[in-house]
Order: sequence, then C-alpha cells, then structure tokens
Amino acid sequence: MLSHRIQNIIDLIIVLTQKEMKVRYKSSFLGYLWSIAHPLTFAFVFFIAFKMVMRIAMENYTLFLIAGLFPWQWFSNSVSLSPMVFLSNASIIKKVNFPRNIIPFTIVLQDMIHFILSIPVIILFLFIYRKSPFLSWFYGIPLLMVIQFLMTFGVSLIVSSVNLFFRDLERLTSIFVTLFFYFTPIIYPETMIPETYKPFINLNPLAPLVVSWRNLFLKGTLEPFYLLISFLYAILIFALGYQVYRKLSWRFAEIL
Amino acid sequence: MSEPVILFDHVSKSYPLYHHITGGIKNFLFNLPKALSSIKNSKYEVLKDISFEVYKGETLGIIGRNGVGKSTTLGLIAGVLKPSKGKVTVKGRISPLLELGGGFHQELTGKENIMLNGVLLGLTRNEVKRKLDEIIEFSELGDFIYQPIRTYSSGMEARLGFSVIAHLDPEILLIDEVLAVGDTEFQKKCLDKMMGFKKSGVTMVFVSHSKEDVEGICDRVIWIDNRSIRMAGTPKDVVLHYSLI
Repeated sequence: MLSHRIQNIIDLIIVLTQKEMKVRYKSSFLGYLWSIAHPLTFAFVFFIAFKMVMRIAMENYTLFLIAGLFPWQWFSNSVSLSPMVFLSNASIIKKVNFPRNIIPFTIVLQDMIHFILSIPVIILFLFIYRKSPFLSWFYGIPLLMVIQFLMTFGVSLIVSSVNLFFRDLERLTSIFVTLFFYFTPIIYPETMIPETYKPFINLNPLAPLVVSWRNLFLKGTLEPFYLLISFLYAILIFALGYQVYRKLSWRFAEIL
Repeated sequence: MSEPVILFDHVSKSYPLYHHITGGIKNFLFNLPKALSSIKNSKYEVLKDISFEVYKGETLGIIGRNGVGKSTTLGLIAGVLKPSKGKVTVKGRISPLLELGGGFHQELTGKENIMLNGVLLGLTRNEVKRKLDEIIEFSELGDFIYQPIRTYSSGMEARLGFSVIAHLDPEILLIDEVLAVGDTEFQKKCLDKMMGFKKSGVTMVFVSHSKEDVEGICDRVIWIDNRSIRMAGTPKDVVLHYSLI
C-alpha cells in the first residue's frame, strides 16, 4: 500500500512534468533548443557589450559567461514561472486534494532537466577553449544541484503561494529576478568587486552558489566555504518556503 | 448501510472577502489598517452549522437554488476546502469533483487528461493505461480524444469527465450537475452507469437540478437553503416540498 502511494506520487510528478513541458514548449525537441538558445543569446549579448565594446580584460570571457548563465537560467526560469503555476493549474487544484507542492516541484525539476541537458554545451565550449571536463564534476555537479534545487524550490514555494493572495507579485518577481541577476557575479567575476563592497556579496544567497558552479565548470574546484554558505542558505530558504506554503496551501482552492 | 463514510459535524464554512488582498501588494500596503481589518471581519458565510452523514453505498442528493452552498459542500467532502468550524470526516478514495467546465487542462489532449486525472485520483500510470481503452470507448469521442480539450464542446468535456471518473474505481463519487449538458442519450448512459455503481456499493453525492434524476437515483436527499439544511428525507418528500416553493 505504501509502495503504491509512492509509485503514485512518482507518476504524478512524471505526468505533471510532461504536461508542463508540453504546455510550455509544445514539442520537446524544440523545447531543448529553446532552453539553450536563451542563455546563449544572453551570453552573446554580454560578449558584445563587455568584451567587444567595453573590452573587459578577461580571457575566455564567453566560457566564463556560459558557466554562470546556465545555472542562473535554471533559477530564474523556475522563479519567473512560479507566480503563475497554481493559477494555471486551478482546474485540478479545485477538484482534487493532492499535495499541491508537487506543482512547483515539477517546475523546478523541469528546469533542472534543461540545465542538465545544457551541460554538453558547456563541455563543447571547454573544448573550443582547449580545456576539458574535470573528474570532480562527478560529485560536484550532483552536490551543487541538490543545493540549487532546495534553494529554487524554496523560493518557488513562496512566490507561487503568495502570488495567489497578492496577484501583482508576478511583476515584483520579475523585477527582483533582474536585480539579483546583476547583484550576482554572473557577467563579472567576484574578484572584480571593489574591496568596500566585497563583504556584502555573500548576503546574496545566489552569489556563493553561482561562483561555486563557475569554479567547478572552469577549474574543477569546489571551495568548501562557498559550498557551506550556499548549503545553509538553501536549507534556510527551503524551510521558509515550506512554512509559507504550509500556512497558505489550504486556502488555495478558496481563492483560485 | 453500517458506517458513515462521510460525516459533517456542525460544519460552517465562510470565506473571507479577499478583495483587499487580490487588489495587489500596493493596495494592501497603502490601505494596511483597513485591509487587515477586512481580512478579520469581512466574511461571507456559505454554510452554517450543517450536520449530516452519508453511509457506505448510499446515494445522497443535494438540491437547492443557485449559490446556496451545494458546491461548497462537495468541495468540503473532496477535501479541497477546509471547514471554518466543525469537522468533516471522509473515509475512502474520493473521485475528483466532477463539475461543469473544470478539471481538464485545455492544452492537453483528451487522452493526456485521462492520464492526469487518473494519477490525481491516486492510481499509478500503469493502472490508468490498462483502463484507457475502456474509458475512450465509453466516452464515444472517437478521434477527438487526440485533440486538445480546448477544441471540445462543453458537452464533450462532460462526457470525458464522466467517463474518466466512472472507470477509475472510485469509492466515493461526487457529481456536480455535470449531466445537464450531455445529450439525452449520453445522460441515460451515465445514469445507467450510476445505477451500476449503486449496485456495487459505491457511495455517491449527487448535486442536481433535475428532479427526475434526483428521484430516480438518490436514496436520500437534503435540501440546502439559506446556509443550512432546510429539509432532509426521502427523495419524493423533499423534491415535492422543494417544487412547491
């Protein structure tokens, strides 16, 4: 009976993920292209702006950009979609009493799958710049993925739950996602931040995470300190998100 | 007819009027004191101190005018709503609330929606797959089953809805006037199926405006009026009194 219940939850996640993929991209092959095209276009734009026009003194700037942009894309896609997820699933929420957090879960899962599928692109660029993947990826990537999943899922739970009660949260979310994009060392290295502001960088939960991703992709290293703070942030944000969700979820069907 | 599977124990349900909140964060913050008091005080009571039970294998009809809380009652049974006061106890696997114009994803095909509803009901994918053909055949939708739901008419949607739920071995069936839009032939088919459920001991709660259906199927009927139960009894009695006003 218990295994049947678990199988049901797993199947629910699979079916909902397939559904989201389909609703979002209409077809899965183009969906994959979309998921890479977006960060690649970004990388191209920043390359033009900072490398060609502003002439930032950095080697392998394209590679540098991609290594930060792909993980960022996972976070930002999931979070940007979150305000709408319960609204767009209103028809099933009002009908069946199932664990509603499965819906944001599948959103984050889906973007994680896209992220995994984009890793070959990073490898390709590593080869272009005459580098190669590192053995440390085998434990580093799963580790950082767990951290990022917790963090993203936590934010997603907050945004998706609260948006039902404050429907303009969607606008605020997109503003905050943009803000955090520039506060996080994605298009610039953390080393270039002026000394006066450096202590503040770790106030941004995403900064240590993105820096960790980039070091892992480009150098194959994992800094324990960054790893630890991003892990603590992830636990904290997830716990907070789950509390918010738990307090609000029983009202979902009323307000939808 | 031994144990109650659905038990309403002095249940009240009120909704806060959410207008200050759904007005957005900006409105909420600018009118903070007013908004806070409105959450606390402005309540819209739908059901007040309702008690009833439904026994295993019984078919309960709920009648009443529009907006008296019939659907809220079903929502409470389905567990998607929580009572503000009192207690709702339900034992058994509940079918998704079958109602008009809801429950399906407009972008997905009929077939994909069958799968979605099946797993939402608590089945595994394999279990749903085994029933797929039966469901599609019952729905008589033919090739439309491969089309997105948004291309369906409301009658077709109701067909699919009933077909899915009828074939997923529900223990408790909740039906909210869904039969009204189907054509006569399909209505009859659904009623036959429901008679079959009755025989096999499925508990049903049936909200309808059709007096004949209520009299034909239900064992007992409650009439909800002005937030509480105005009358409960045999279908004949209750429907008779209901039609007098």
